[in-house]
Amino acid sequence: MTRPITKTVEVPVADGDGERYTLKMGPQHPATHGVLRVDLELDGETIIKCSPQVGYLHRGFDKIAENRTYAQSLILTDRLDYIAAMANNVGYCVAVEKLLDVSVPLRAKYIRTIVCEMSRIASHLLWLATHALDIGAMTVFLYCFREREVMLDLFEELCGARLTFSYPRIGGVRQDVTRNFIDVLQRFVAEFPMHIEEYETLIDTNRIWLKRTVGIGVLSATEALELGLTGACLRGSGVDYDIRKHRPYDAYDLVDFEVPISDDGDIYARYRCRMEELRQSARIIQQCIDQLPPGPIISEDAPDLVMPLQGQRKVEAGSSTYGTGLIRLLEEKGEFPVGDIYVSTEVPKGELGFYFISDGSGRPYRMHMRSPSFIHIGALPALAEGSMIADLIANIGTLDVVLGECDR
Amino acid sequence: MGEIKESEVQEPALIEIADGVKKIPGVNAVLGPLNMLVNWGRAGSIWPMTFGLACCAIEMMDAGASTNDLDRFGIIFRASPRQADCMIVAGTLTKKMSPVLRRVYDQMPEPRYVLAMGSCACSGGVFNSYAVTQGVDTIVPVDVYVPGCPPRPAALMQGLIKLQEKILQEQYRWSLWR
Repeated sequence: MTRPITKTVEVPVADGDGERYTLKMGPQHPATHGVLRVDLELDGETIIKCSPQVGYLHRGFDKIAENRTYAQSLILTDRLDYIAAMANNVGYCVAVEKLLDVSVPLRAKYIRTIVCEMSRIASHLLWLATHALDIGAMTVFLYCFREREVMLDLFEELCGARLTFSYPRIGGVRQDVTRNFIDVLQRFVAEFPMHIEEYETLIDTNRIWLKRTVGIGVLSATEALELGLTGACLRGSGVDYDIRKHRPYDAYDLVDFEVPISDDGDIYARYRCRMEELRQSARIIQQCIDQLPPGPIISEDAPDLVMPLQGQRKVEAGSSTYGTGLIRLLEEKGEFPVGDIYVSTEVPKGELGFYFISDGSGRPYRMHMRSPSFIHIGALPALAEGSMIADLIANIGTLDVVLGECDR
Repeated sequence: MGEIKESEVQEPALIEIADGVKKIPGVNAVLGPLNMLVNWGRAGSIWPMTFGLACCAIEMMDAGASTNDLDRFGIIFRASPRQADCMIVAGTLTKKMSPVLRRVYDQMPEPRYVLAMGSCACSGGVFNSYAVTQGVDTIVPVDVYVPGCPPRPAALMQGLIKLQEKILQEQYRWSLWR
């Protein structure tokens, strides 16, 4: 007995015959790296129009920061780009140090450079894992997380947290590195290039990987500059721009490294750039360990949340300056410049800039973050329009967006 | 077709144990083990839905990756709410995202469980701002809270074990007359 057909459902035929339909992808989608919604207008399987909708993770960082002192806002930067939180912390600290004119001891600069590059390794490994997983290579995910776990364990030994650190301070870092930390890190750095070769063995010449990445999502150097891309997305299009080289901060002017560049501008070129960046990060860490000088880890005039150093800061009983004897709020220092400042650093995603307007009160009148993910999502229509819908996943992956940083 | 005589109809042998309360004698010997069997099956195959919102999603991925292998507990991440038993809300839930969370929860088949992972999902965390929902439990009922910012993968595992314990203690959640 056949079931009577009561209703016919009109399914749009995917042959590109000019009939358009819309598709809303996300915000709950496993391949959008968080809560990104993409509104698509399709003709068959070809994307005619693509408009990303952001804001599903907007938490109001700018507004929260206005009600906090500079030192208290540090914890917010952890939750910006939570894959590379250490780089955000350092970027924030560098900006506030420039605003308040605080010097940083050399040892702290080196430690910061080490942790920045460690978080670059952790971030790029997660990018490779998820990007490969989206495209269809499951094994890379397991390999990458194996090495990423070493990084997270080291971070935990350094500051007690695995993901949200708040380890750098305005004027230095919170704690000194341990002997074991240096030993484990040195061993890791020595064998890490071998692991990179493992990933490359898995996907570098994989036919499926090549089919899905070579010649897809091509951006010329002019287009990439006009879209405001930074980081590996810009360098993959052949523009030599890296803030670590061109406006060095911390100890980046004291170490020797190369900025990988590719001229092709497609997804494969960006992948190659990031893999080379992993090698360069390992190189930078090795040099920092070799050159790590002795000395203090936090500046003496650091206006910060910090335990008073033994014998250097006197804690008077009942003193309102120190409160409980452990914490001195930056606000109570009482001498602040008036004006505005923009300082940018190179985080794994690209250029992260902090813009402060200071009215001399100890709390920022306005704090704005120029987050690379927000700018990069703006490049998604340029990449996706005219391509197939299956390549949209690869295009989102190659931009390396984190929605926490995008929506703020 | 012959007529059925009234005397041939088998009525269940009900015994009145209290005023208006009847039961089939001996039925608990079947239903009790069946209840245990169903709970055992459910506790051993929690398929969570990946509701990764923010930082905690990274630790959730980490819990599913090679070092902390969640497959050991029969936990396999599903991307579709229709195939999931449990929703791990990992991260900050904003007010713009709240209707989506409720909609995804409504799409999940019964029985469904919610695990709030992280301080933001539990109570709003550090984000006491105009844009953030102060706790997932204002939107959907939550079974297990895992605090931390973010919780370690081990803490997530502990939360899932607590959820398993909760499922094992359920009484006749599978039946129509529960």
